[in-house]
Order: sequence, then structure tokens, then C-alpha cells
Amino acid sequence: MAVLAAPRRRRFSPVLLAFVLVPLVVEGFWVFWPALQGFYLSLTDWDGVSAPSFVGFGNFAEMFSDDIFGTAALDTVIWLVLFGGLSALGGLGLALLLQRERRGVGFYRAALFTPVVFSLVATSLIWQVIYQPDGVVNRLLAAIGLGSWQHAWLADPKTALYAVLVPALWRQLGYVMVLYLAGLKGIDPALYEAAKLDGATSRQQFRNVTWPQLRGVNSVVLSVIVIDSLRSFDVVWSMTKGGPYHSSELLSTYMYSTAFQSLRLGYASALAVVIFLLAFGVIVTYLVRAFREDQ
Amino acid sequence: MTLTTTRPSPPLVPRRVPAPRRRNRGIGFHLVAGGLSVLWLLPILLVLTTSIRSFEDIASNGLGSVPHSFALGGFGQAWGEGGGGRAMLNSLLVTIPTVVLALLLSAAAAYALSRYAIPFRRTIILVMLAGNLLPPQILLVPVAKLTELLGIYDTLTALVVVQVGFGLGFYTFVLQGFMRSIPDEIQQAALIDGAGVAQIFWRIILPMTRPALAALGALAFTWTFNDLLWAITVLRTETVMPVTPALLGLQGQYVSNWNVIAAGSVIAAIPTVAVFLRFQKHFISGLAIGAIK
Repeated sequence: MAVLAAPRRRRFSPVLLAFVLVPLVVEGFWVFWPALQGFYLSLTDWDGVSAPSFVGFGNFAEMFSDDIFGTAALDTVIWLVLFGGLSALGGLGLALLLQRERRGVGFYRAALFTPVVFSLVATSLIWQVIYQPDGVVNRLLAAIGLGSWQHAWLADPKTALYAVLVPALWRQLGYVMVLYLAGLKGIDPALYEAAKLDGATSRQQFRNVTWPQLRGVNSVVLSVIVIDSLRSFDVVWSMTKGGPYHSSELLSTYMYSTAFQSLRLGYASALAVVIFLLAFGVIVTYLVRAFREDQ
Repeated sequence: MTLTTTRPSPPLVPRRVPAPRRRNRGIGFHLVAGGLSVLWLLPILLVLTTSIRSFEDIASNGLGSVPHSFALGGFGQAWGEGGGGRAMLNSLLVTIPTVVLALLLSAAAAYALSRYAIPFRRTIILVMLAGNLLPPQILLVPVAKLTELLGIYDTLTALVVVQVGFGLGFYTFVLQGFMRSIPDEIQQAALIDGAGVAQIFWRIILPMTRPALAALGALAFTWTFNDLLWAITVLRTETVMPVTPALLGLQGQYVSNWNVIAAGSVIAAIPTVAVFLRFQKHFISGLAIGAIK
């Protein structure tokens, strides 16, 4: 029953159509349909029980006078810059350091990559052990005579966000390193040979060979880390739940607590739309790139 | 930006750096890379040592001290009364069906979209991928309501279907890229032998896609197993929670029993570490395909 292909008008066997349609319907039902509802809900006021009431852009207007939203938005931007920026720079640095095959390099790569397989919740518990008032960090500080720097790292609003950032980076750097290692591997060695023949120093080689050749990977890494930054939720939620006093609140955690703890589903959906809009620009770049590479 | 190639080259530099300097650089490399590796592994080592200390030891000597005891009680508590064993079962009940279903569905879609001239196939692929790139936050509230409406809220089924739906786009995208590189002649030969669409898929294309499936399977396993957000969105009861969200519960239950919490983290990490070790090569190449594609 498969080869029905009539000469002119292509007809596809029902099996083939099912192959496309079933996954499409599943994704449509669990992703696209809810997404549309999410956009609609952002224009409503809803407690999840009674019917949602339409309020137009009221939720978005409310954000301007919402201090917690301000903190969360600012923290999200800080997170984007620090988490994204440091993991990109660090990942590239590690990849450059470990790109050449030589003795021991496999072990080093594996060591740096290991945290990637842990869940963010496990990661955050590991780091909570480290951060406890009687934990290793404070012990070390005392041991090297910086006892006055000792801190309840996660309980102090001034340090909470950064204390959460460190484990997130610990886990992300190995991932970005792998992406860059793949990119570096793809560079034609002949280019380096040519540059060396011309007497280029290693810095010049980096600037004129490596960096331009990494352009493709760079845009991927950029997309990945922006998407990952905006999605970051687990690590903050399991370490501080956004606290103390919302000092480590990200838009993602604020959205979750607004929805499932304060039960303000309309406002939470509006927060989700803000996250979407932030991510949208990046996703478009990513897709355009993917599309171009497909050609 | 001056192009080095256009510059008159300095007198030929000897290509090989003299031996002593090279050796120094070698030592420097191992110092830096080794130092970083130790720094990276230290937290893991620390949690391992914490997990095998006794509660009394931690309470009296402090969390940051060197261990004065060796006790495996933490593991027993985390696994037994802490609910780790039940959570592990839940996790496997969610993760295995999710990975199998998601890969099967996406392989089917990828096969049709990459090997047949389905109209708008490029658009379909990109739309599916775009769905996976959406921030999950926009889906949380509607998905929670949808599962309530279907009567599957607070069941593992809900978690499976949600994660299958959300992952499909990415898996399809990666798999279709891979399947497109399979030579057409093989399929033509099978077609001439009278094989149908489904047979070609099952007997020829799927086996040839094995490397990509292994890579994606390993990745999907870790992602699904490590998920927190979907689980706490569609589940509420403690007894149905998989390992990752259950760890958070364990933390609440055993406040400051750090040996139990550390043991729980170790238990939670074992399955993904095992999958990673087993599929190491595939895993890393999977991450790379996923990103480079």
C-alpha cells in the first residue's frame, strides 16, 4: 500500500501522513495550544477557579509599579550578563586550553564536564553544603586569616544572587567548553599552517584565524546561553526560592511563585510573556541561522 | 584588523620551539589544567565525604571539617524513610517511557520530513523546533490546567506526555538532519524490493540512525531525569514525585541533617552519571550536534 505515488500529483501513503501528523498533533496539543492560551491569559485576571476576566494590558501596566518585578527584571539582566558572559568566556578559554590532544587532556576535559550531568537540584544541594555557615568556604576564609569575611552566603540579600550564580557556572562551563571544542575541531589546520608560515604569533592566530572561524559556533553559544539564562529556574528555586527578600529573584522564579503560590495566574502569564519576548529575539536569530545552514 | 598574511614575514622563526621552553610550557599547562580539574572535582569530593559522615560528627565538628567518622546511615535514611527508593522508581517510570516515546515519535516525523517531499516540510521542521525553544514559563499555567481538565493532573502520565510534547521539536530537528545524510540508493533498493513506508523506516532508516539515536537518547535521559520544573508543575503529591523534585523535599524533611541530604544528592546523581559513562562518546557528540546544527 506504500507505493501509491501517482505520476503527477504526489500522493502520500496514510502511514507517511501519520508519521508527520501524530508528532505534530502531540506537540501542537501540549506546546502550541498551551502557548496560545498563555498569551491570552496574560491579558486576564484569573485565580484559577472562577472564570478569567479580561483586563487588556492591565497586567503589563501593573509591572511598572511592582517593585518585585523590578528586582526580578534587574536580576535577570545581571544573570544574563554574568551567567551568559562568564560561561561563554570561560567555556572558550577552557576549550582553547584543552583543544590539543596530549597526555592528560582527556582527564581534564572529563573533570570539567562531569557537573553537566548532575541535575541542577543536586548541584545546588552540593553547593549548599559548601555555603553553610560552618561549611568549607567559611572554614577556608578563617584558615587564611579572612575570618571577618565569613558570611551566611545564601541568607544575605547582598550575596545570595552571586552565591547562586557560582554553582550555575560550575555546571554550565563544561557544557560551553564542549561546544567550543567541537567548533575548534572543525577549523582547517591548513589555516594555522599558513598563518604560522607567515609568522603569526599565537595571539594573531587567534584573532585572525580562530575567532573568525568560530563565528558559527559563537552565534550558537550565544543563543544557547541566552535561552539557558532566561530558563534558569531550578538552581535558584532549590537554593533560595528567590529570597531572601526577593534578592535573588529571577523572572522565572517570580513567575512560578506568582502562578502556583499566589495563584495570580493572569499576572504570572504576563510575566511569562515578558520572558518570551526577551527570548524571542534570540530564538529568531537561532532559527535564521539554522535555516541558512540547512540550505 | 591587519591581515597577517599581507605583512612581510619576519625572518623565519624556527618552527620547533627549543626543548626546555617546551617542557616548561608543558608543566605550566598541567599546573593550570590540573588545578582547574581539582577545583572542579572538589565539590563532588566534598559531597561524597559528607554523605559518609555520621550526623553526630557533622553536628559536633561542623560541616566544613575533615571527617571524623565513617557511616553509611545517611544513604539508608535517604533511600528508605526519606523516600529515595520510591522517588527513583517514579523517575524511571517517567524517564524511560518519555525517552522511548519521544524518540520514536520524533524519528517517525524526522523520517517522513527528511526522506519524502512533504509539502512545507522545512517550515514544519522549523515550527516544531521553535516550539521547543519557547520558554517553558509561558506553558506552565495552561499545561497545569490542561492536565486537570484531562483528569491526569498529579499522575506520572501527565509528566510523561508533557515532556514528550515539549522535547519532540528538538529531537525531530536533530534526527532529520542526520537522516538526510543517509544515501538515497539504499531506500530506492528497498522500495524496488517492495518494502512499504513503515518497513523502510523500521528496517532500514532506523537502524542506520542508531548513532544519533544513542546520542539523543543519552541526552534525553539526563534532561528528563534531571527535570524539576515540569514535575512541580503537574505533580503535587509527595509520593508521585521523581528524584529531582523529591530531593528538594528531602532537604525540607532533613533540615541540617547534611549527611542525609548529601547522600540523597549522590543517589540522585548515580543514574545520570551511569548513563553518561556508558554513552560518553555519544553524549558529547550529541551535545555538539545539538548545538552545531
